[in-house]
Amino acid sequence: MMSSFFLYSSSWFDFNRINVFIILGAFFIFVIYFIREAKAGKSLFVRRIAGLDAIEEAVGRATEMGKPILYISGIEDMDNLQTVASMIILGNVAEMVARYEVPLLVPICRPFVVPVAEEAVKQGYSKAGRPDAYNKNNVRYISDEQFAYTAGVNGIMLRDRPAANFMFGSFFAESLIMAETGFSTGAIQVAGTANIHQLPFFVVACDYTIIGEELFATSAYLSKEPKLLGSLKGSDLAKFLIMVSLIIGALLETFGITKFTSWFSVQ
Amino acid sequence: MGTHDIIFNGIAAFLTISIYTFLYKDNPFYKFAEHLVVGVSAGYFTVILYFNGFVPKLIEPLKQEKFYYILPAILGLMIWTRFSRKWSWISRFSLAFYIGSGAGIAIPLYIQNFVIRQLSATMLPVGVSTWPLITNILIIIGVFCALTYFYFSKEHTGAFGASAKFGIWTLMVGFGAGFGLTVMGRVSLLAERVVFLRDYLSELFKYLS
Repeated sequence: MMSSFFLYSSSWFDFNRINVFIILGAFFIFVIYFIREAKAGKSLFVRRIAGLDAIEEAVGRATEMGKPILYISGIEDMDNLQTVASMIILGNVAEMVARYEVPLLVPICRPFVVPVAEEAVKQGYSKAGRPDAYNKNNVRYISDEQFAYTAGVNGIMLRDRPAANFMFGSFFAESLIMAETGFSTGAIQVAGTANIHQLPFFVVACDYTIIGEELFATSAYLSKEPKLLGSLKGSDLAKFLIMVSLIIGALLETFGITKFTSWFSVQ
Repeated sequence: MGTHDIIFNGIAAFLTISIYTFLYKDNPFYKFAEHLVVGVSAGYFTVILYFNGFVPKLIEPLKQEKFYYILPAILGLMIWTRFSRKWSWISRFSLAFYIGSGAGIAIPLYIQNFVIRQLSATMLPVGVSTWPLITNILIIIGVFCALTYFYFSKEHTGAFGASAKFGIWTLMVGFGAGFGLTVMGRVSLLAERVVFLRDYLSELFKYLS
């Protein structure tokens, strides 16, 4: 009697996704190249993001009114890239705020974000030469639950009456609730998220909205970190190639040549 | 509805109305409901974390002699050094591992789903002979101009600026449609709570009479 058996093992490399590997590899090469250029001191031009003026205006207004500033970093954890970008912006906002001695309140949704936020604010205060002004109690964990966090943040807005609200990060259904509450208290609000389904609410309820990738560009522009600037320039080059590929692909498809487009399909 | 349901649905109705009083102004009822939900959620998530996190991902594997699960447990314990001024630097290793592994998993998925698949779907044939071909032109121009808006290496001036302007208009049209759709969904949530309050009040009156 013949018997056969099959051995199953997962493969190290999926050749069906070689296109993803090549495009990802090219993207990494662009980013690493521009990071090296930035570290070498070469000036990399990045256009000014209009939302930055709004951030400075909001901090100035809070200083004039002597009221605190509220910074909301979204409801996702540190594995979300928007939260990482938000922490970088928080550090820069903390540096601005430290100079003017205005309290900075940072309610947090995820426990893991708390130490990162504390570190970002502490470093911001230290860079401004005011480490003594850092108050650890202003960075506080509220709740993991989405609407419990929202209720807590709304309570802070209604009681502490911050003059400026910054909302940068990943948001979901709570975005409009928080933005409307902030609007009702008369605070100047600047928001930024890459969650496109929440952008309409921020556009409607906030004084200025930083849209999508501008959030990451803002973090690069404010920090002037070579790694962030290099990443931004690398992604710009990738974007340029995407635009060129789009035009080429559309023209080829129009003439019935589908080989170029099929290379981009992912299984 | 029995006594048990009247009491517990009554608590739900009271808390619903307490939260809605926030629309008027901050008041003790809203404060009570807010603090209750924050406290209960913290307690609830602690229990959820234990039974959905610790037990299946640490305790059960260790019972099955998969002792390598101790390594991530050590990384988790290292986070607790945040509370010590002298040893808080140790927590940075755990943070670095968590953020690094998260980014490493997310980036290829993002490139695949939000760049390559979208690009492939946007490479459409264009023309003027049929309506789908005309709409394809609109799609490609909209996507191209929206991409120019997010190009940060050049100032938005001249033809490039005009393209970026059209791009942001395209985005705003999309945002308007998304806003309208989501507002409809939110109104339906409100309708559900109003129906709940109406049904509860009618059951309460029946119970009391």
